[in-house]
Amino acid sequence: MKVTAQPTGPVQVLLLDGELDASSAVVLDTELSKPELLKFQKVLIDCQRLSYISSAGLGVFISHLQRLQDADVKLVFYNMQEKVFNVFEILGLDSLMTIVPSQAEALSA
Amino acid sequence: MQNRLRINCSRENLQQVRDFVRGFLLTAQRSEMVVNQVVLAVDEVIANFIIHANGEDQSQFLDLLLVLTGQQLDIEIEDHGRNLFLPVGQAPIPDLRLYIQQGRKGGMGMALVSRIMDRVEFFERDAHTVCRLSKLLA
Repeated sequence: MKVTAQPTGPVQVLLLDGELDASSAVVLDTELSKPELLKFQKVLIDCQRLSYISSAGLGVFISHLQRLQDADVKLVFYNMQEKVFNVFEILGLDSLMTIVPSQAEALSA
Repeated sequence: MQNRLRINCSRENLQQVRDFVRGFLLTAQRSEMVVNQVVLAVDEVIANFIIHANGEDQSQFLDLLLVLTGQQLDIEIEDHGRNLFLPVGQAPIPDLRLYIQQGRKGGMGMALVSRIMDRVEFFERDAHTVCRLSKLLA
């Protein structure tokens, strides 16, 4: 699992590449724990290459969401594969997190 | 059709487990969505055995058995570790709004398993913990 950060002005884009499980979730957690993340207005998670997510990966996002919200940083997911979105749906997380189809919609969310 | 896999208790082996389950189900030409759900359920149970039941002790191992009879998929995961681990088979969906407020990381795995599989059982056999998962594949 690889996380690539692409800062663009007030927006941080994190590209996820691979499978997010109990072994690789620490990589994402490290990235989301960086103090400088709170300086952005938005954190966009590009999920085009995210081919799998387990509860460990969901847990990382859940554990950082409040901290980001408290700092007025919006977390938005986009380009999510259907089978990955299905996992968010099973737990009802699709109604608690912002998930949109494209980067354009993520930027304006 | 059936297949078996033995892995030791390292979370590094979760990828191998997922590839094994995927390979088995895709051979049987199941949809990607269904395959992903079953892969996830197995991953969650095995991760729990590795991390919580065995503390990632690599000297311990798990056996995974997949049996597909027509549309009926039966999965058995046997923990050869020293401790019995018998979580609740049917786990409710936790209050995720509360989890978000608390910044909580874990506790959703069995809720996913319960929603994906038709039947989830944990029992003891020969002083080992066994998890049995069943699903009628659409």
